[in-house]
Amino acid sequence: MREGVTDIFGYPGGAILPAYDALLDYPIRHILARHEQGATHMADGYARATGKVGVAVATSGPGATNMVTGMATAMMDSSPIVCITGQVGSRLIGSDAFQETDITGVTLPVTKHNYLVRRAEDVAPAVREAFYLARTGRPGPVLIDITKDAQQASCTFDWDAAAPKPHGRPPTPPQLTEHRRALELINAAERPLILAGHGILIGNAMAQVRELADRAQIPVAMTLLGIGAFPASHPLNLGMMGMHGEAWVNTAIQQADLLIALGMRFDDRVTGNLKTYAQNAKKIHIEIDPAEINKNVTVDVGIVGDVRGVLDRLLPSIAPGDRRAWLDSIDALKGHSAVRDIKNLPDEGHLYAAHVIHDLWHATNGKALVVTDVGQHQMWEAQYYHHDVPRSLITSGGLGTMGFALPAAIGAKVARPRADVWVVVGDGGFQMTMAELATIVQENLDINIAIINNGYLGMVRQWQEFFYERRYSATPLLSPDFVKIAQAYGIKAQSVTKRADVVPAVKAARAERQAVLLDFVVEQEDTVYPMVPAGADLDQMIRRPDPTPLADTGDEIGRASADPTSPADQSSGGVEVSPKRDQFGRASADPLAETGADV
Amino acid sequence: METTFVVHVEDQPGVLTRVASLVRRRGFNIESLTVGHTETPGVSRMTIVLDVDEAAIARIEANLYKLVNVIRVDNVTPRPSVFRDLAMIKVAATAESRGAIMQLVDVFRARVVDVSPDSLIIEITGTEDKIDGLVEMLKQYGVLEMARTGRVAMSRGADAGQRARTDIGDDDGEVALDGNVSYSV
Repeated sequence: MREGVTDIFGYPGGAILPAYDALLDYPIRHILARHEQGATHMADGYARATGKVGVAVATSGPGATNMVTGMATAMMDSSPIVCITGQVGSRLIGSDAFQETDITGVTLPVTKHNYLVRRAEDVAPAVREAFYLARTGRPGPVLIDITKDAQQASCTFDWDAAAPKPHGRPPTPPQLTEHRRALELINAAERPLILAGHGILIGNAMAQVRELADRAQIPVAMTLLGIGAFPASHPLNLGMMGMHGEAWVNTAIQQADLLIALGMRFDDRVTGNLKTYAQNAKKIHIEIDPAEINKNVTVDVGIVGDVRGVLDRLLPSIAPGDRRAWLDSIDALKGHSAVRDIKNLPDEGHLYAAHVIHDLWHATNGKALVVTDVGQHQMWEAQYYHHDVPRSLITSGGLGTMGFALPAAIGAKVARPRADVWVVVGDGGFQMTMAELATIVQENLDINIAIINNGYLGMVRQWQEFFYERRYSATPLLSPDFVKIAQAYGIKAQSVTKRADVVPAVKAARAERQAVLLDFVVEQEDTVYPMVPAGADLDQMIRRPDPTPLADTGDEIGRASADPTSPADQSSGGVEVSPKRDQFGRASADPLAETGADV
Repeated sequence: METTFVVHVEDQPGVLTRVASLVRRRGFNIESLTVGHTETPGVSRMTIVLDVDEAAIARIEANLYKLVNVIRVDNVTPRPSVFRDLAMIKVAATAESRGAIMQLVDVFRARVVDVSPDSLIIEITGTEDKIDGLVEMLKQYGVLEMARTGRVAMSRGADAGQRARTDIGDDDGEVALDGNVSYSV
């Protein structure tokens, strides 16, 4: 209450009963999840949608261990959540009591900090410090494990005395030498590039980044979690970088003479092979977490601090720039654009996920709050849904948690009831947490769900296609009839199989004042292009086949064979792989037919 | 390279686990780790010896500071410091060999702390090198048991601990601290 909490997500049980009993006396909305993992993702989605701390509550033992995935997800993506678990009575600890788990031990590596509270008088200080830790510095999950007797006992409540103590690394004075060197590098660079990360959104530095880009005419590439930190429609926006970033973005990174990394951490999905990463570039890294500087990429200038504060100090000395030649050369790389790919995909026959996302973007005026799961649909969303607004894409980036989308969207909708919340989720990830459909109905939430249903664990299948000779081990996926599943929960649902039906279905779903599920049955063996194979050089991408991308719908084998003389591929040194099964005679065999699935 | 950190931590349950777990999950190998009380009640002092490359040193320090219970981290390796290890060595000793062993003990400025008819316990403090030297010399008589504490370290001089910080980058110290920057990472 005192921390400004109005909504919490949880699941009761024996060891947390006293807390739940007390909850009835406070005006806090409790959203009952269907699984504790869901509760943590809801708290996470709530936090990412607003920047406020999300709260999840569960009981001891299995309730607590079910929260581990959610905490690890929040840890990797720096999301501020506080998880509260019940624990067996303090005298039973260590006795293997019923539903006892050493959850503070289990969650040590996946929390920013955790507490085992055994006495009532320690509850208030732990709670205050937990909220403080969760939201300050680099945000993250904090766990408070409270024994049942500590919940039952009473003590004098002294909120002021429970104020968190300062701790941690002594404050660093502003690194003036570093600032000076950063300014010299930026003002002298001919081919600079801003790498925009999640830290910009967390630190609310969107205006500063825009000012820097506009004034110095520096193009901006975004990480997956940085999407929304810079408007997609801005002329200086390049799009997403990394494994499934557009070819021109990755090529530009390799050609740049200066990288200005803002609130990002040079994840391996972003850099590819570190030995060949951006060899031509000096690197400036502005990052709030000192442990990230020089972790993966050795930088020339490392500035510890929040992006906003550092840019506020740097901006007055940034010289207006004219980098027409550099911007033009990047424009020239854009031959293989996503737009062209969409235009080239046939409207007849099978439905393509790219079309679905593109049309969803159009039909929602680009203003939806999209929550994605993990896999191919996540990458297509990042490529084809153009986010202009901060905090309009919520996705599990660092941990890559399948099953994240649906519960996270519930949290986001609770936090921002007026937002047009869309879940974009694969048929695999949806089945991991689809029990939360009941939560949507119970809480009467107007969330729309778009299942990108391709009958496969698509991203794994894609890796098998490229790297395991199309041996589709355990990736064909039997799914229930999602429309009937939704209807069983009382949720309106519709299956969509044709391009022409996409926009009407999306518009109809938006018009409803309740949840709607759309099951988009898309091309089964579609592939996310381009792709930097794990550990490969960033500019050695597997490119979209040209000139007839993904034209094969399964009946005409080998039609979509690659054209190795494609000019766009020569220009960027890409490797081309045919997406289809034409090298095997039995390519027409439908893996799903073997499993008896009817999709 | 072998690097010695002196880490002041809150004396609370689980802090040793947090530090050890951090070092393990970041992929570093602990050569030795000792914990004990300090001059301040409620504060424990750890000496952690790690074999790491130069680039990792700043990251380990930064990661240690991310632990809420860590109060201060000093890398004492590059500074004038005193390093000590303590060992108790039980060595087989007959009436004939006892004299020779006692001589060795004298040479190494060690002490005999227990005598029995067929063995001695020798206590020695010093650098690891010195202790290794004595152990080497005692082997011919038969080392029956050995217990070593691992390294403890302390910088020389009065205020060394206070100014011990290796920042990323260099600080000019011309400007007051910045209230906008939070370091609770």
